[in-house]
Amino acid sequence: MIELTIDVDDRRIIQATQTGLPLTPCPYHTIAEQLGLSADEVMGRLQRMLESGIIRRIGAVPNHYALGFKMNGMTVWDVPDEQVDDLGQGVGQLDFVSHCYCRPRHLPQWPYNLFAMVHARTQSQVEEQIQQIAELLGDFNRGHRTLYSTRILKKTGLRIGK
Amino acid sequence: MDAIDRKIINNLQGGFPISERPYADAAKQLGITENVLIDRITQLLEQGMLSRFGPMYHAERLGGGLTLAALCVPEADFEEVAAQVNAFPEVAHNYARDHELNMWFVVATELPERIDEVISEIEAQTGLSVYNMPKQAEYYIGLQLKV
Repeated sequence: MIELTIDVDDRRIIQATQTGLPLTPCPYHTIAEQLGLSADEVMGRLQRMLESGIIRRIGAVPNHYALGFKMNGMTVWDVPDEQVDDLGQGVGQLDFVSHCYCRPRHLPQWPYNLFAMVHARTQSQVEEQIQQIAELLGDFNRGHRTLYSTRILKKTGLRIGK
Repeated sequence: MDAIDRKIINNLQGGFPISERPYADAAKQLGITENVLIDRITQLLEQGMLSRFGPMYHAERLGGGLTLAALCVPEADFEEVAAQVNAFPEVAHNYARDHELNMWFVVATELPERIDEVISEIEAQTGLSVYNMPKQAEYYIGLQLKV
């Protein structure tokens, strides 16, 4: 993956596209017109940002909740530091895991270092998913919890590229 | 939602082309027309089935700061603390969760060094310790949501 620094025009493209692409037959041309750039310039910059990982992917961002995946659990696991990367790669491959990260412990209150967000239609499916993760971790699993969200207190999209 | 909607959601969570007529190119792969694809995406967005259609940016790679943080809030103070935390424009999401650490929020800042300042300010205002849990590694997410 190549490192890429972004410039003013990249930032303008990010601002113009972070809430979505125009639903016009030639969306990149539409953006180009808005920004006073050529369509080739817009497409070239998006391609470079995609190749360098600044854009993770382009496409549909599903709303899990609206699609019926109403149960979401933040599963957290205490696994040995030496194994966390290998185990995290494995957990990240499971199709019901949408995010998987290593985060710092806060001992003694918080011993968990591996976080995996799971989504399902029912509580019993979530429990099956937790069981699958537990099986994958095997003896490296020294303890885990699942934190369900009980209420959304605030939700604004991440706004970047200002 | 019908079979076409499912096909769009299951096949277009990535890989949307950067081309002159990207909807036409993607539609061809799905065996539908450009018009149908644009209409369906428009409807799925209006119905809220999709939260967005377009590029998904990698926030940290843009030079900003991002972290997940938690608080252990006494039940009696919960609403007041939620209001204090939510008042920070840098707090993007905030969820109540069923654990002793009962408030979990994402802090996103334009400058990475601003993260520590926001956390200190939240501690000063609420009188509570913030458990800061920035990600140390992110693991590859293989498959995508299937509907």
